[in-house]
Amino acid sequence: MEATQVTRRHFLQVSALAGGGLLLSSFESVGRLEAMGLPQASEFVPNAFIRLTPDGMVTIVAKNPEIGQGVKTMLPMLIAEELDVEWSQVRIEQGDLDTTKFQAQSAGGSNATPTSWLPMRRVGAAGRAMLVSAAAQTWGVPESECTTGGGAVHHHASRRMLPYTQLLAKAATIAPPALDAVTLKEPKDFRIIGRPTRNVDAQAIVTGKPIFGIDVTVPGMLHAVYAKCPVFGGKVVSANLDEVQALPGVKHAFVIEGTTNLSGLMPGVAIVADTWWQAQTARERLRVTWDEGPTVEQSSAGFARQAAQLASQPPQRGLRKDGDPDAALASAAKVVEAEYFYPFLAHAPLEPQNTTAHYRDGKLELWSASQSPANGRRLVSQTLGIAEENITIHLPRMGGGFGRRLGNDYMVEAAAIAMKIPEPVKLVWTREDDTQHDLYRPAGFHYLKGGVDAAGKLVAWKNHFVSFGQGTSFVQAAGLGATEFPARYIDHYALDTSVMPLGVPTGFLRAPTSNGVAFVVQSFIDELAHAAGKDPVQFRYELLANHTPDAPSAPAGPPGAQTPGGGRQGGGPQFDHDRMRGVLELVVEKSGWGRTPLPKGTGMGVAFHFSHRGYFAEVVQVTVSQAGQLKIDKVWVAGDIGSHIINPLNAENQVHGSVLDGIAEALAQEITIERGRVTQDNFRNFPLLRLVQAPPVEVHWRVTDNPPTGLGEPALPPVIPALTNAIFAATGKRIRSLPLSKHNLAW
Amino acid sequence: MPTTFTVNGKSTTVDVAPDTPLLWVLRDVLDLKGTKYGCGIAQCGACTVHLDGVAVRSCNRPVSEVAGGEVVTIEGLSADGNHPVQRAWVEMDVAQCGYCQAGQIMSASALLSRTARPTDQDIDRAMNGNLCRCATYLRIRQAIHRAAQMAAADANGASRRDEDTSVVKSLFSSPIGA
Ligand code: FES
Ligand code: FES
Repeated sequence: MEATQVTRRHFLQVSALAGGGLLLSSFESVGRLEAMGLPQASEFVPNAFIRLTPDGMVTIVAKNPEIGQGVKTMLPMLIAEELDVEWSQVRIEQGDLDTTKFQAQSAGGSNATPTSWLPMRRVGAAGRAMLVSAAAQTWGVPESECTTGGGAVHHHASRRMLPYTQLLAKAATIAPPALDAVTLKEPKDFRIIGRPTRNVDAQAIVTGKPIFGIDVTVPGMLHAVYAKCPVFGGKVVSANLDEVQALPGVKHAFVIEGTTNLSGLMPGVAIVADTWWQAQTARERLRVTWDEGPTVEQSSAGFARQAAQLASQPPQRGLRKDGDPDAALASAAKVVEAEYFYPFLAHAPLEPQNTTAHYRDGKLELWSASQSPANGRRLVSQTLGIAEENITIHLPRMGGGFGRRLGNDYMVEAAAIAMKIPEPVKLVWTREDDTQHDLYRPAGFHYLKGGVDAAGKLVAWKNHFVSFGQGTSFVQAAGLGATEFPARYIDHYALDTSVMPLGVPTGFLRAPTSNGVAFVVQSFIDELAHAAGKDPVQFRYELLANHTPDAPSAPAGPPGAQTPGGGRQGGGPQFDHDRMRGVLELVVEKSGWGRTPLPKGTGMGVAFHFSHRGYFAEVVQVTVSQAGQLKIDKVWVAGDIGSHIINPLNAENQVHGSVLDGIAEALAQEITIERGRVTQDNFRNFPLLRLVQAPPVEVHWRVTDNPPTGLGEPALPPVIPALTNAIFAATGKRIRSLPLSKHNLAW
Repeated sequence: MPTTFTVNGKSTTVDVAPDTPLLWVLRDVLDLKGTKYGCGIAQCGACTVHLDGVAVRSCNRPVSEVAGGEVVTIEGLSADGNHPVQRAWVEMDVAQCGYCQAGQIMSASALLSRTARPTDQDIDRAMNGNLCRCATYLRIRQAIHRAAQMAAADANGASRRDEDTSVVKSLFSSPIGA
């Protein structure tokens, strides 16, 4: 009872389900399938894309992990739209990690939308086509005379109708159409795409159902804490394990040797007890002698000193040079020089890192809220010497990701603990663990020079970017691409870099690279606009109009330029200045930019940024009291993410979240290192935004004829420079380093 | 040492160290996982429950202090998830990751039980201790106002309108916070 169709890149398998249902499973690449071997139909049943069952329900397995970005609702919307069923008939299940069934099973880089827009719709459309064929055969009429709607096939000429539920068995015998040849709906006929659709887990969330990683319970489970050296990579010399072992509830206490991979299994002491609180209480009595290693010499002050020193020397290497920036600066009417800095940041998802693990009979079962479970499985396999096929990973909902859970350090820790004990075990980090052992957004130092000519045109730009790395490579998330805006928009342009070594784990934070570099670029553009005596919006229009085709002198992007967004940060060949101008015009109109004079102490700032294929321009209005008290009055956002806002209800929520996240970063967030350790430990010194600090955020969309793209990230970067530019407009104080809590804004 | 208190209307006795925070008793002893751990130092509000009708943090409250008290958690807020605050939260699609929302809902429902028609200032005061890392604050504020309306309608005997999407629609015709 099975028909199989293989096309060049897409593959759909159809089978009948026991009890009269229909199962559609799709693959995206033949290459991978062949490498894996064709699975038997019987192995498919538990976790395919779509199950249609005689009770009229359509069950769609959500393949991407849910971190709060709404993908668990959004992807099934695409399938249901083309299948032409009612959204109320759709049920959604979260899939486990299964690379034989799903590809690109991760959450990061705002990638789910662009990579799923066509494939998910095609799967739905293919299912619909087969149901239409089944009906047409039953009635002996041409398929072209049949239509669908409300979960049924209709033949209007004969006024006949067959619900999908009565066509499932027949459809299971029909060869599925080639996925890239199926007919998709005309956008004007969309009934689900573009409709505000609520989060499918909303009811479970508001009733406190145990759906998060930290809620996982396995029978007989113990609870663990894991104490690592406060200096990254420090090793255990000795520990009072005997004493800890004797404490109430403690079942096991042991040292894990770990590796030198700072984003993998670091050395530490595991304490396993009947309850988490007992393990944590025992941890307070734990005494460890650490070999802190060489990185104990690191400090934020030391990095700043080294950066200044590197900046005073010729750059280690050039990333890009167009024209002759030095000559252009020498002949410029006005030259501005500035040093910019943004700090290390933690991700601080509200749910602390955790994983539940059970090792028995050579097999490891994991329940882990990971944004990249396939990488996690590889890390566990390589670190602990267990074959990947012996590792199963279940994907519970994540209490926030922001890129933190692209790392899998907590997963490999739980696995290492589980492999030493017979019981299943849940490892839960404390907030202090989470703050002090993140994979931090790297700090960055930018030394800039820019020049405008007598007519106020931006003619020269030089940036010596001091970052972290070794030789020609940057540490993770610390790179910058040669096409980063404003490259190609200034005739004489240079981007150079120098790096210093770093012994702090780093990683991708929501809108990686962009979240720091947009602040630098859009602030410095503002400085130059003022030097040119021009309105900051007008100056930006002129800059966007000064586009030159990619200069041949540009070397290929350096390692580290690639972000999880596929290198789609601030510039790059895809950067379309017309789309950017479009959102800039829209935000200018909506915010009333320049239309009313504002009193001293109140000001508007503007900024734009392109990242993760999304175009965003934002205006912030602030009021700063004479004593320096900052109030953010309002934020206006204009975004262009293509032809459709798939779920407007979630889209707006994502933009609010991104904008407020950026504001939180700018206001007071900073991770500092002293004696090799992170100084901050909890929300008291790494503050998240609070309700009273959240300004109104007005969101506007510019719909353009481009494929829809994702929204988890691109609204964040511009709000930070829009905010600091607004502070300049209000007070005359130029903010060149973050966070704002370090500045006195009194005027 | 056994401690006896009421949880969601049921008298409950637990035998744990008296300094065990209520949070961990709820989560790991009573298997009520809706109450969340976020910081452990009364900074985030993820662990908010009602103690004798007042919203409190459970992460830094030793269970011994709760003896004889009446605790309500998110699981016990309503019989079938139909408390006006829960309904408003679903209707306004407040949650992103959802992790903070049990705590938000417990704080909001305690506010509404004191103040039927809270002003924005009342909301500021009652909700400022509840962090949302996903920053769903704009909808939280709107949902509290909406819940107050729903509660008033319930009190007037008006029928519930679960499927009413009019507010969601109006959310879109006028931008939030505008
Ligand atoms: S966990 Fe109690 S306030 Fe954060
Ligand atoms: S919804 Fe994610 S922390 Fe509030």
